[in-house]
Amino acid sequence: MINVRWYGRGGQGAFTAARLLGQIVSTEGKQFALASPSFGPERRGAPVWSFTRIDKTKILDRSQPPQCDYLIVLDETLVSDTLENFLTDDGVLILNTARPGKYGYVKHRLVTLDATRMSLEIMSRAITNVPMLGAFARISGIVDLDDAEAALKKSFPEALYEKNRQLLLKAFAEADGGAA
Amino acid sequence: MEARKEFISGNEAVAIGAMLARPQVVSAYPISPQTIVVEKLAEYVESGLMKNCSYIRVESEHSALAAVLGAVATGARTFTATSSHGLMYMAEVLPFVSGSRFPVVMMNANRALAVPWSIFTDQSDSMMLLNSGWLQVYVEDAQEALDMVIQSYRIAEDPAVMSPIMINLDGFVLTHTYELVDIPAQAQVDKYLPPYKTGNKMSIDQPLGVCIGITPDLNTEFRYRQHVDQLRNAPGVIAGADREFGEVFGRSYGSQGGGLSEKYRCEDAEVVLVTLGSISMTARTVVDKLRDAGRKVGLFKIRFMRPFPMQDLLSLGDQVKVLGVLDKNISPGYEGTVFSQVNSALSRKANPPRTMNYVGGLAGREITTRSLEKIFSEMLGMIRDGKAELPPDPNGRVKFINMRWEDHE
Repeated sequence: MINVRWYGRGGQGAFTAARLLGQIVSTEGKQFALASPSFGPERRGAPVWSFTRIDKTKILDRSQPPQCDYLIVLDETLVSDTLENFLTDDGVLILNTARPGKYGYVKHRLVTLDATRMSLEIMSRAITNVPMLGAFARISGIVDLDDAEAALKKSFPEALYEKNRQLLLKAFAEADGGAA
Repeated sequence: MEARKEFISGNEAVAIGAMLARPQVVSAYPISPQTIVVEKLAEYVESGLMKNCSYIRVESEHSALAAVLGAVATGARTFTATSSHGLMYMAEVLPFVSGSRFPVVMMNANRALAVPWSIFTDQSDSMMLLNSGWLQVYVEDAQEALDMVIQSYRIAEDPAVMSPIMINLDGFVLTHTYELVDIPAQAQVDKYLPPYKTGNKMSIDQPLGVCIGITPDLNTEFRYRQHVDQLRNAPGVIAGADREFGEVFGRSYGSQGGGLSEKYRCEDAEVVLVTLGSISMTARTVVDKLRDAGRKVGLFKIRFMRPFPMQDLLSLGDQVKVLGVLDKNISPGYEGTVFSQVNSALSRKANPPRTMNYVGGLAGREITTRSLEKIFSEMLGMIRDGKAELPPDPNGRVKFINMRWEDHE
């Protein structure tokens, strides 16, 4: 079982990313997934959690996992001292930042991507969910890029699909300095 | 529409199930966490996906069910959906529908009742209306939600049952969680579920009274008939509808055990936990873990609260020494509602197990695998030399789990 926790602000697409990831990995029933938002009322700009659970068999446990294997932070203003408590010992923190040097204190494996710049360049809007999904795809190795493109196509109108596809592929190529 | 797999939420699964069942009238009022059902159905009607369906917009839940009551009284197939205080507001109309023996199908997103006000899930809302004359089913995932919308019409419209059904989904945990769902082809659903035909309707050709008032000399017999149809006929109809569903769609929900409940690893179990709804899945994983460690534990999942799975409970073996009931509701001042119902059934047994009541998951508080393990371990600890002993304090049988102070004890 792989637990992924997304952290962003309302409007950045943290839940859409969680849902897209679930949709991608469960394409044709290849794997099983559950995707859920942090339950309750929604506000633009407010901190938002969302979750994707992925497994080879049907997932029965619906309780929220206290710790996750991947923590994906869409907005670096959400970084706090306690953030790493949400990660398992060998969990990975994937962070959207232009200044990786600031995070030398992070004890876990840290992967960074300047997703905001990337989104502004390609889409002219700072919506960072799809590039962060691309970074996760690179690091985890569990995402089939063809399935990912198909899921984006199903979820977005044509013009937006093309931009998101570019974002996904660019992030996949550049995440973690391009290292696998 | 062709059969396909979609990664969708429980709410969407309900809406798609309703669309496939071809209701002729839908009337509903939006309320969290059910809103998406109402939005989706309105979209389907507007976009022409539901061609022979009228969507009646209303100003409240009371009017929604009243509109559905008017429609079903003309012999139409109907659907509605609500939650929590929406259900409370509908409450007056519920017995009008059930007493008239109208087969309305309604989805309820289980949500807490005020006060303290909360939009999060528990089962206080539907439990309060256990006596409304509606059948009640509780589902475990989005697939079961979709499938039960379709099955429910078969059950409700059966001439031997003729009673409305409330399909309960835990709010957010089921309504807002996305998962892969098999969506059956329309042609298959049409084969399983033919159009609704009834004589119980307003008609110029066959005039009769519907939704009637009766004086004391006959009134009780009407109520008795409603009672025995649900008690004696509904269980067989439910099992039959599930069995045939399995033949057509390749999925079924415990019709071997009758369909009202499901026993999981209960064969030689000494300790059994009773659950309803989405927590049953998590509880299965805990049972598996404890079984791996050699502990004789099992799970009894209630699917239907009405009709109640009395026979299924009585068929639990005498080796069951302690039976716990997990209630996501509390009747303040006494105990959980399901606990009272289970004890009443077990009192028919010559050697009933000792019973414990665990109240938890109120207003969205999480029930973790750890808290379920704690419950099982407490019950296992009550067994000494093959005999079970209850806590000496008579009030100790009803325990609230996961309280904030537990970590400080």
